Amino acid sequence: MLEALDAGSFEELLRDVPGSLRLRELDLAAGLSELETMARVGRLAARNRVFDDRLTFRGGGVYRRFIPAAVGAVLSKPEFYTAYTPYQPEASQGTLQAIYEFQTLIAELTAMDVANASLYDGATAVAEAAMMAVVQTGRQEVLVAPFLHPEYLEVLRCYGDGRGFRIRQGSQPSAETAALVFQNPDFLGLIADGAQLTRSAHEAGALAVACVDPISLALLAPPGEYDADIAVGEGQQLGLTPSYGGPHVGFIACRQDLVRRLPGRLIGEAHDDRGRRGFVLTLTAREQHIRREKATSNICTNHSLCALAASVYLTYMGPEGLHQIADVSYRRAHALAGEMAKLPGVELLHPERPFLNEFPVRMKNVLHRLQALEEQGILGGLPLRRWYPQLEDVAVFCCTELNDPAALARLLDALEKSA
Amino acid sequence: MSEPLSFELSRPGLPGPRLPPAGVSDPAGDHDLPPHLRRRQAPELPRLSEPEIMRHYSRLASLNYSISENFYPLGSCTMKYNPVANEAAAQLPGFAYLHPYQDEATTQGALELMFELERALCAVVGVDRVTLQPAAGAHGEWTALRMIQAYHLARGEQRDQVLVPDSAHGTNPASAALCGFQVVEVKSGADGRISVADLESKLNQRVAALMLTNPNTLGLFEKEILEVAEMVHATGAKLYYDGANLNALMGICRPGDMGFDAVHMNLHKTFTTPHGGGGPGAGPVGVKKDLEPFLPRPTVEKRNGHYQLDYDRPSSIGRVRSFFGNFGMLVRAYTYILAMGGDGLAQASEDAVLAANYLRGRLEGVLDLPHEGPCMHEFVASARNLNQHGIKALDVAKGLLERGYYAPTIYFPLIVPEAVMVEPTETESKATLDAFADTVREVAELARTDPQRLHAEPVSLPVGRLDEVAAARRPVLRWRPASEAPPEGS
Repeated sequence: MLEALDAGSFEELLRDVPGSLRLRELDLAAGLSELETMARVGRLAARNRVFDDRLTFRGGGVYRRFIPAAVGAVLSKPEFYTAYTPYQPEASQGTLQAIYEFQTLIAELTAMDVANASLYDGATAVAEAAMMAVVQTGRQEVLVAPFLHPEYLEVLRCYGDGRGFRIRQGSQPSAETAALVFQNPDFLGLIADGAQLTRSAHEAGALAVACVDPISLALLAPPGEYDADIAVGEGQQLGLTPSYGGPHVGFIACRQDLVRRLPGRLIGEAHDDRGRRGFVLTLTAREQHIRREKATSNICTNHSLCALAASVYLTYMGPEGLHQIADVSYRRAHALAGEMAKLPGVELLHPERPFLNEFPVRMKNVLHRLQALEEQGILGGLPLRRWYPQLEDVAVFCCTELNDPAALARLLDALEKSA
Repeated sequence: MSEPLSFELSRPGLPGPRLPPAGVSDPAGDHDLPPHLRRRQAPELPRLSEPEIMRHYSRLASLNYSISENFYPLGSCTMKYNPVANEAAAQLPGFAYLHPYQDEATTQGALELMFELERALCAVVGVDRVTLQPAAGAHGEWTALRMIQAYHLARGEQRDQVLVPDSAHGTNPASAALCGFQVVEVKSGADGRISVADLESKLNQRVAALMLTNPNTLGLFEKEILEVAEMVHATGAKLYYDGANLNALMGICRPGDMGFDAVHMNLHKTFTTPHGGGGPGAGPVGVKKDLEPFLPRPTVEKRNGHYQLDYDRPSSIGRVRSFFGNFGMLVRAYTYILAMGGDGLAQASEDAVLAANYLRGRLEGVLDLPHEGPCMHEFVASARNLNQHGIKALDVAKGLLERGYYAPTIYFPLIVPEAVMVEPTETESKATLDAFADTVREVAELARTDPQRLHAEPVSLPVGRLDEVAAARRPVLRWRPASEAPPEGS
């Protein structure tokens, strides 16, 4: 190639780079064979301790769930995972149609009018929804109901600090409130009254932003049924592995009249000159590559492949499968909570409040007991002291369809012995 | 060749998949949920059997073009081959099933990987620390600007402007606006590089940062970068590096040495994590010492041979996403860096520059080349020489699709009319580049001899040109059951 260029030498191609900047070499080890590379990476993986899925009772935003093999089989198709953003629709109908199906699935699940092509995670989805509300209402305060995931709150603050809107914690909106953000079920696993929170937001002229668990929506009223304006959430449970926190997938859905304020990609139906249906990136006038500083968001690359995982998962489950998953998790969590409450030194933090499949438990020597569980191969509940000093003796336990009755018995037995 | 939607394939009577019963004695089920909290109407999810699902997605996959199949010369996107070992590494159970809220003592391998990846990225771009938290390039841009914003505020300075060249990616001004900055555009000179005179006229005490890509979006190295850095720093502003084009520079020179204070990197471009049809990616940000206190928390530290997450960072901007970023992508990038080593990464960038210059040479006389070479890892041609035949960049793109190639990036950067932006990357052979160049020549020839035919292309793809204007005028953004009329408005 160099010969064809009449450049003389490769150095000639770099003539615009000032000599003082030229690097002699990178301060990195020499390259390895695939065999050595995989051995090195494998050793690192082996230094992590992975708990048996049946014996994992920890959630807090990331869950062990059954992942049908179909999900992995579709995700490993290189036609999906090595393509890029479908800028040329004629050569990208697979990705475009899959995302269009994702948008529909999320809209159906949340009972909202429209959903976008995905966001990074639940936390940034909350922040994007808050920014939509700030622009829509012209107000500068975002009210956050108690026990929004603490990391989502931190991310929201970071966006608010940059953009110049305030975050207030509480449940009473004022005339300055752009949005009331609430999570349902909340970080403790307790179910909020979404309808009531939405009413109180609307009475103050604010938008209601519901951050929801997608699997919960098989049982719980979805945001669209109680007239929330924007629904967001984290889709990890829909076919994605925990992967130490990512990549997962954020989703955002809204009422029809807010569609032009949505961040990120939207796929729409289109037709060619022979009347054949296809799908395209649409309403791009909202986006950074067209509108630059006037865009609704800066997002470009989103989490398309993770959205595909969620689509395969939801299609595999169908309405009955999803209901079954949610119902089994619910029943096992309630059975477990009932038995745990009988143990000495253990009590449910809020026995009077409804929960789904995650619930807070107060117990003496909580860290010591969680440590004892780990020695039995059990990843127990999530201790809350890091975020809530007043709840330093509380842990949130989680149950899914993976925690079978024998696993529940093992947990109860180990807990009893750890007292 | 089209595929119905999963919803259209759905068979109403089909039962759900077999799943285990609860198997516990608590009989209540969801019936003790108060009625007002319960869902009234079940979601309309499709009902398909597993074979139907697998065929549906296999057929959809066949409608896609991908880097695994052929050359993907999409400028600015660095569509290089994605080594399959990366995928195997990310799927190791020790990574894939690790819970982010496990005790640090049980996640030492993951923390070591993050620590070592940070070190490697520091070495490649010449910075002191790196945060791995941002999920994508634009997210990294915004994270860097938030740190710069916090830096100025900590010094008691209210700087409210960010300078962005007219050739910049759209995410640059959008990220600046998201931080509440006023965006001021800096013009490019006739040679395609930032106009130092225009920059000088716009630099003042209100400016927080200049955002720059180097090589810039025209694929040209900003020769006066050292002078630019000095000018920016003299006013107290920071210099931000958009890492979209880092693939040109590994082992050749480093943004940190050029004077950049904050540098974002796209692991899904330079470090071969797959693009996933539009993500997930990862957008780590490197910073020099004086921005270090503002890094997102937690950082990963090594103390007495143990790796720890450090949350105790009082000046931190906080968190930019949940947990520790797109960890699975970090595993892939680290695997790639281990395999390549310092020598391999340098070779990759050299080969990328060579490939771009070679292809540029092959297209001389076929398309306009508005800027003098040599280029770095990519170049911008223009289809304006074909306008006289009624052929635009869009038509060239569609003609390439028809002939089995993905199209280059078109109509970007905005400062080049009829832009056709080509980035071949280092993973393509001379034979591939030659075949592509021949095809561009064939399309350009067709523009002269039979423009009508070119206007009608593509004809052999799953769909022809789709009417995007009509699609945007009356957007249909989801499937609806036949029984539901679409809502009015929008």
